[in-house]
This record gives sequence, structure tokens and C-alpha cells, in this order.
Amino acid sequence: MRIPDELRYTKEHEWLRIEGTDGMIGITDFAQDALGDVVFVELPAVGTVLRAGQTFGVVESNKTVSDLFAPVDGKVTAVNEGLATQPEVVNADPYGAGWMIRLAITGDVTSADLLDAAAYTAHVDSEQAK
Amino acid sequence: MSGYSPHTPTDVAAMLEAIGVGSIDDLVKHVPAHLRASAGIDLPAGLTEPELRARFAALAARNTGADGRAVFLGAGAYPHFSPGVVNQILLRSEFATAYTPYQPEVSQGTLQAIFEFQTFAALLLGLEVANASMYDGASATAEAVLMARRLLPDRRVVLLSRALHPHYREVVATYLRGLGDVEVHEVPFGDDGRIDLAALRNQLGTDTLCVVLGYPNVFGVIEDVPTAAAAIHDAGALCITATCEPLALALVRSPGSAGADIAVAEGQSLGLPVSYGGPGVGLFATHDRFLRSMPGRIVGETVDGDGRRGFVLTLATREQHIRRERATSNICTNQGLCALAVTVYLSMLGRHGLRRLARVNYQSAHATAARLDAAGLTLPFKAPFFNEFVVRSDASSRWEQLAMQEGIVAGFPLGRWYPELGDALLVCVTETHTASQIDQLVRTLQPAAVRSAGGR
Amino acid sequence: MLLDEPLIFERGSDGRPGWEVPGDTGSAEFGLPPELRREDDLAGMPEVGELEVLRHFVRMSQWNLSAATTLYPLGSCTMKYNPVVNEDLARLPGFAALHPLVPDALAQGALELIEVLEQALAAVCGLDAVSLQPAAGAQGELTGMLVVRAHHVDRGSPRTKVLIPASAHGTNPASSALCGYDVAEVPVNARGLLDADAVAAIMDESVAALMVTNPNTLGLFEEEMEAVARAVHAKGGLVYMDGANMNALMGVAKPGDMGVDVMQFNLHKTFSTPHGGGGPGAGPVAVREILRAYLPTPRLVRDGSGLRWSDDMPKSVGRVRSFHGNFGILVRALGYIERLGGPGLAEATRLAILNANYLRARLEGTYHLPFTSPSMHECVFSDRNLAEHGVHTLDVAKRLLDHGFYAPTIYFPLVVKGALMIEPTETESKATLDEFVGAMLSIAEEARTDPNRVREAPHDTRLSRLDETRAARRPVLRWRPSVTPEQP
Repeated sequence: MRIPDELRYTKEHEWLRIEGTDGMIGITDFAQDALGDVVFVELPAVGTVLRAGQTFGVVESNKTVSDLFAPVDGKVTAVNEGLATQPEVVNADPYGAGWMIRLAITGDVTSADLLDAAAYTAHVDSEQAK
Repeated sequence: MSGYSPHTPTDVAAMLEAIGVGSIDDLVKHVPAHLRASAGIDLPAGLTEPELRARFAALAARNTGADGRAVFLGAGAYPHFSPGVVNQILLRSEFATAYTPYQPEVSQGTLQAIFEFQTFAALLLGLEVANASMYDGASATAEAVLMARRLLPDRRVVLLSRALHPHYREVVATYLRGLGDVEVHEVPFGDDGRIDLAALRNQLGTDTLCVVLGYPNVFGVIEDVPTAAAAIHDAGALCITATCEPLALALVRSPGSAGADIAVAEGQSLGLPVSYGGPGVGLFATHDRFLRSMPGRIVGETVDGDGRRGFVLTLATREQHIRRERATSNICTNQGLCALAVTVYLSMLGRHGLRRLARVNYQSAHATAARLDAAGLTLPFKAPFFNEFVVRSDASSRWEQLAMQEGIVAGFPLGRWYPELGDALLVCVTETHTASQIDQLVRTLQPAAVRSAGGR
Repeated sequence: MLLDEPLIFERGSDGRPGWEVPGDTGSAEFGLPPELRREDDLAGMPEVGELEVLRHFVRMSQWNLSAATTLYPLGSCTMKYNPVVNEDLARLPGFAALHPLVPDALAQGALELIEVLEQALAAVCGLDAVSLQPAAGAQGELTGMLVVRAHHVDRGSPRTKVLIPASAHGTNPASSALCGYDVAEVPVNARGLLDADAVAAIMDESVAALMVTNPNTLGLFEEEMEAVARAVHAKGGLVYMDGANMNALMGVAKPGDMGVDVMQFNLHKTFSTPHGGGGPGAGPVAVREILRAYLPTPRLVRDGSGLRWSDDMPKSVGRVRSFHGNFGILVRALGYIERLGGPGLAEATRLAILNANYLRARLEGTYHLPFTSPSMHECVFSDRNLAEHGVHTLDVAKRLLDHGFYAPTIYFPLVVKGALMIEPTETESKATLDEFVGAMLSIAEEARTDPNRVREAPHDTRLSRLDETRAARRPVLRWRPSVTPEQP
């Protein structure tokens, strides 16, 4: 299971890659593996304003459906249109081609309740132990 | 031992021994004793099969289902002939006694039949995609309104045509009762029996969620859906049509082509008996782009491990067993066997048989209407109709008496649903009505003066 | 041997006349203006001969396993024998050809049937009034919860919350949400049961009702049901019981005696009407006297001239479907009830409990039993003992198909990981149960000796495992006429 060092994470298994004032968001390798085959991803419209912790979409596998939570405040500037026809990319490349939305970050990423790779690894370990 | 259980005393003893208890009572002794003590069922002892048949035959004989009365009732339930093949297939235990096809490898019969049903529903309603069916036309209408609310969550006014079947209007109101943020208003009908387009345009606004039209409506009248839909879409709302008599759709423009965003229908008329109003089956179709908001079970095509075509329940994440309180509907299954009846019926009639049957209905009803018109009766609504129409007659005041004494149920007295239509009768004529029954209808309804003059 | 069969739309040839009725004048003339006429002349509808149609559906029927074919141990669904005599009863012309809007005087037999069935269901559950209108269990739940809401509205406020145990069927939260309620989960204790103290602790005056299934979805009787009900009533709440598992209670305990205020029956479960591949069912609602006024309209009333329908119910929640419910299903259900009688219904429940406990005793140990409280009419195992061989619940289910049995309910209730929920019903003989036990034990043995054989099951069905992911990712939900001409 991959947990790249350079990303920030939520306890709900989203990742955030900070690129200047923008943030790319997707779900983690652990999340895609737990979901199983992803069959559908519902994403917000470009321009949607999100608060940290707010749901911005859903990801569905055959048997379950999970909400997607914004890691940080921001405005949606792009969504991954390719997932509409190729949801399997979320399974194959969760940190790359399987990205979901791009945000213009308006919130403070340092004060946000985000985990670094080590803390997220510990969080995943504790979830698996349940 | 009880009626349908095969246990012998020896079996029971062996089973109790395997479990390690002395009696069946021991298996329920964790149920509080006072509950068990008062749980006796105060009903008579059981009947044998011959006794049961006799008892039910006697009950059935006290109804007018098959006593030769001429019954000109439609109004949401339509008498039609059904090919023998339909009943034969419904009696196949493999279809009748299976459950929702959770294990697709041993449920392909049910699954392929539903896939065919979805195709028939989409074709007939003129839309791209249909679900595996709903309980009936009325609850399908309510589900369509709930779906519209999911699609346009910021709007809160539902407009129902007053010429939509009153049961459908009532069920919509019931389903919305718990959701306090939605208002339901009626749009009046005009002098020709169709929705009053001027009133509709007045009532439409930026808050309008959807408009529901009967198609044909409760008066049997074919609404001008294209014009209404254009006005509805101009207001940014969704157009929903509800069809009680889907046989009409063999002749009239399909709801989808006419502009409906969601089209529903009661499928009873397509192969099911009227059966005192149920079971029926709701057809439900919409555009591809609304698929994820559609309620109900859906079957999709796929392949098995060896690449052979097969069918499975799919898109289940919209449903209650996964999404629970956030599901698109609380519906659990579909109306499987009734959907099968519709599928077999439409397969049997085929493209040409269905069109021909619709033509027979149309012509029979119109010929009857023309005779009533010639007899001096008023047919108040001038808009086109299919196999059902409204006629004003003083016979409406003697409706029950005529049914009891003269053996004719001369339509439905609309005053019960529409006080403003006091002496109007809603008359349905299908291929099941004989020439002599129609003669009797004309004699019964014609004005007293004509009757006493011996005219027809 | 099972024969293949294409879609009906792929059969037939252009120009077959289709089924005929008398009265066709052959005239194509009718007075519809062109803009209202069908735009496509029903293009795409099949044109198939009668024998082909019959053969099409007979072949497809043979691809199904059904309760008439084999043991169908689908937990929570009560797949008991559906007596064939009831098919004849529902098809009596006096019932089947009876139009729902005839004068009540011409439907007295049907109305009496409805009255007798209402009374019989009340006698079974110990409540005071019954409406037969809801078309299915989930619609019964919706109706019942609307009744709950109407009761509270009458007392000033609908309240905001419904308490539902984690083990509940998904329709419970979905029906509550449809009534505008937020759902709060109630925990179950280590024995798999509700604690009255736990309910009392979260119960307050914002709670409209507790929705409870008894026996619960683990097949366990809620032993503290009366105390739970008292805790709910103490704060002015109502107790809704999902009657899906009523087959465990007839003659054993009455919901009305346990403090239940409102419940739905599933006539297609407890009262043997055929499941029909998913419906039609019927979901009558029973209520305590204080809730009678809120039941759906119309209501059946008896006066000097006999039975009639009355809409005079100002407090009613209104109508939930057209006409009077799934009448054809009501006929079958009453046929079942009168064939068995009061004592026979109680005996059916006793034997259903015996059968479930027999399966439990034979399978326990080999299969892991997560909750060991006494079972009623069904028992829930898990796949824990097989996991070390890489065999899971889905694999056991699929392998059972090779043994000629339908599968249990799997992965439900959600509170058991890898659940296998088995409900044999009372109409299965000991011999059949023994065969089923033999199959289950041999699968467990095979999981140890040849796990791949189990993981790749089914092997003997017409199709092997179907690709559900493909179906969901690229939905193909109907046949479409081919748009490109076939290649030579």
C-alpha cells in the first residue's frame, strides 16, 4: 500500500497535493483497495465553494458508496472529467490519473486537520486493527 | 402436523434430539412466559383444500366479476383480453416462486425478462432508460416527483394537473407529506378537457419543480404534451407524464417524443386482469442523463467468466440496502411477476398486434361516442380521446340502481371525483365489449324523452 | 440441459401479424391530428409467432432456481411453499375480472374477503386495526411511519428523529427519511440484542419512534422488547415493528402484547404468497386503536346495507397506491390463512423455529456462529472459520448453487462480517434439511482441501460468475436496434 510522503491526508482517506495556491485531491491507495472496483465517481461542478470537511461527491463501488470530503477550504477550479467514463482509473492510479478535483485553496492548510504521511500510516494501521 | 409442513413425529423427535432439547417449547422459553401465554390465535381451525375452494368460490360469486353485467369502467383499470400464453407463463413456478435475483447465475430467467421489460418500457414511453418497475402507476408518479426534487433541489412547487387521475394526485400528496418543504398545487382543466394552458403558464415560475400531466388524462383525453412541455421547460421545470392506459401509446405520440423528462405508466392494461385494482405494475422511464437519480431496481447486461452474455442487478448503490436513509427510494424490489406479464403480453401482441388492438379500442370508443352524440347526449370535452370519454346523462343519478337492476355499469359517475362535473359519466369501451352491450349502453344513457319514444 | 435463447427483440421477422382480437375493421383511419400521433409506429417492438414466444419464456424459466425447484434458504425472505391452490383462487373470475370501481353492492364478496383478512391479521398480531392498501413491505413501512408522523403532528410537532438498530434492514432508514426524519442508530449489545437501558439513555422527546425488527435480523428474539417499548413510550415516542420476521412469532408472542404500536406484515413472506421474482407482494399495516384514525383511505366500513368504502377519514395519511391494494395477493394470503387456521399458523411458526434450530445445531462449529443467543426462525453464521483458506461467504453461496440449492442471504445483516443468513422455513422436510447440511459441510471440507474449486464456483450452472463491475461501469440497460449494418 502506497502512502506518498509529499501528500497530506484526511482521516476519511482523501489526499491533498499542494501546488502553489492550488490543491489536487483524490482518494488514497488504502481507500481504493478497501472499496474494491470503483464503478462511478460523482464530482461537483467547477466553481463550487467548499469548506474543509464538507462532502464534495461520492465514490461508488459495486457494493458500497462513500462520501468524499474536502480536506481544506477552497473553490473547485477543475474536475477529472475522465472518471465519468473510466472510473477504474481510481483503482489503477489513485495518486495520479485517478485525481478527482482541483481547488483554489482559500483556507489555511497548516491549521486544517490534516495528517502527514506518518500520521496517516498510523491511522490506517489503527483502522485495520479494528 | 400443519397443512403444508411435511414433518412426521419421528422427524421432530430426531431433530429435537440433534438440537439437544426436549420439546419445541424449549426452543422459545427465552420468550417471556406471559407473552407466550397470551399469543394464541383466535381463528377457526383450518379447512381442507376442497372446503377452501368452495368457500372462495362462494365469496367470488358475490362479486360481479363474471356475471355477465356490461361494465363500462376504466378510470385507471382497463379490461382487455389477454393471450393464453401470458397466464401459462405466469403459472410457471420457476418465475412465480423465485425471489429478487440476488444470485444471477441461477436467476437468468428473471433477469433477462426484466431486461426485456426495461426495453419494452423505454420503447413504449419513448425514453432512453427504464427501471425494473414500481408498485403501480400512482406510486410511480409519486416516485417521479421525488426524483424531480432530487434533480432540482432548490425548487419547491409541484404542479399537478387537476385532470390527472385523483388517486395519482392523492398518492403524490401522501408521499410528499413528510417532506415539509414541498408545496403541491393543482392546475385546472379547460373547457376541452385538457390542462388549461393559460393557467399553467400563469402558475409556472422559478420555484416550479415539475408538472405532472395525465396522458391520456383521467377523462380519456389526450393532452397536448408538446405545447405544455415547452412551457414547462421554459420555466426550467421538469415535465412528467403519467399514463393509466398505456395501450393508447401505440397510437399517440410517445411521452418522450412529446417532451416528457420522466414518463410513468400503469401496466395493468398490458396483460393483467383488473383484479379489483391490484396488483398492477408501474412503468418508469427517463433520459440517460438522469439515470443516477432514478429510483428502483435496474438490470444490466454483462458477461460471465467465459465471456457469455448474461444479466445482473446493477447500479445498486442508489438503493436502500446500500445507501440506507440517503437512497433514491425506499422501494426494495420491483413488481417482478407483473412486469413479466407485461413482457409476455407485449411479446405476444407484437408491433402490429398492439397497434391493431389500439385501433380497435379507438374505433369502438369513438363509434359509441358518436351514437351517444347522435342520441342527443352532451359530450362536454372536445379534445381528442382514446378509448374513454365523458358523457353527460341523467342516468348518472341512477348509476347504482342501473347496475343492480338492469345489469349495466354505465361508466363511472365523475361527480364523485369532480363535483363540478355533476351528471357526467366516464365511459370506457375496449375490445371486450360486445355489440349488444354497447347497444344496451346507448339505450340506458339516452335522454328519457328519446327512451320513451322508443328510439335508440 | 439448458438451451440458449436470445432476447425477444432478436427473434422474429418483419411483417408477422401479431395476436388478433375481433372487431378490427382494417381501417387505418382515425382522427388524431398528426402532431399527436405515435412518431415511430412502434419500431423496435418484436414481431414473433406464438410458439416462439411460449418457447422463449419457457426456456428462460428453466434458467431460474425457485422455491418450487429447491430449498431457497434466503434469510429474512421466508421462502416457504407457495400453495398452488391459491393461484386458482386468485384467478376465479369473480375476483380477477372484478373492476375496482363497481358499486360496493356488487363487490360484497371481495369486501368480505378484505374484512376477514383484516381481522385475521389483527388476531395474529394483537393490534386493533389493519389497512391492506400498501403494495409491499417497504410501502407498509412508509405508511406506518407516516401514521407515526400524523400522530405526533396531531399532538403539536412531528418530532425529528427515528431510532433504528444497526442491524436493521435498509428499508427502515430509507422509509424514515422519506417521512422527513433523521435516523439515529441504536447499538446492539454483545448478545446481538437491544438493551432497554441503552434505548432509555438516548430516548428523548425529539424521537418520534423506535423502528425495531423482532425477531431481529440476526434471528434473535428481542428479550427486552417490553422494557424497550416502555422506555420509548415514557418520552411520548411510538414503537414501530418491522414485521418481516413474523413467521417466528405466530402463536409465540403478539407484537401488540410487547408494546408495539404499529407494524407492517409481509404477506409474501409469512403468508406464503409467491415472491414472483421480486413482487407483487403486499404490506398491510396494523396499528393500536389510538392510531386507527390515521390509516390510509379509503377505509372499509360495515353498516346496515353491508360493507362499503369510506373516504370520511379527515386525519388519514391519505392514499399510498391506487384502488384497494394488491387484491390478488390478498386473496392468496387469506387462502393460506384459512387453509391452516389459527392452530395451523401457530404450528407453522413452531416448525419454522424447529427447522432453523436444527440447521444451526448441525452447522455450528463447522461454520462460525457470531451470536449464540437462542435462534428463532433463522440463524446467522459467518465465514470466519473458512477465511484462513481464502474462502469467503460469496464463495460458499456460489458453491451451494452447484449443489442444487439457492444461496442464503449474504453479507447481511451488516453487523456480522461475512454473514450467511439462513432461513429454511417450516415447509422443508428433515430429509431436505439433511441434504442441505450435507452440502454445507462438504463445502467447508472442500474449502480446506480444494479452496480454488470453491472460489471459482459455480461450475455447474448455465453461466459462470457474472462480471458485476463491468455492468456498473458501462451500463447497458436495454436492447437497442443496431444502428450499423452487419458486416458481410
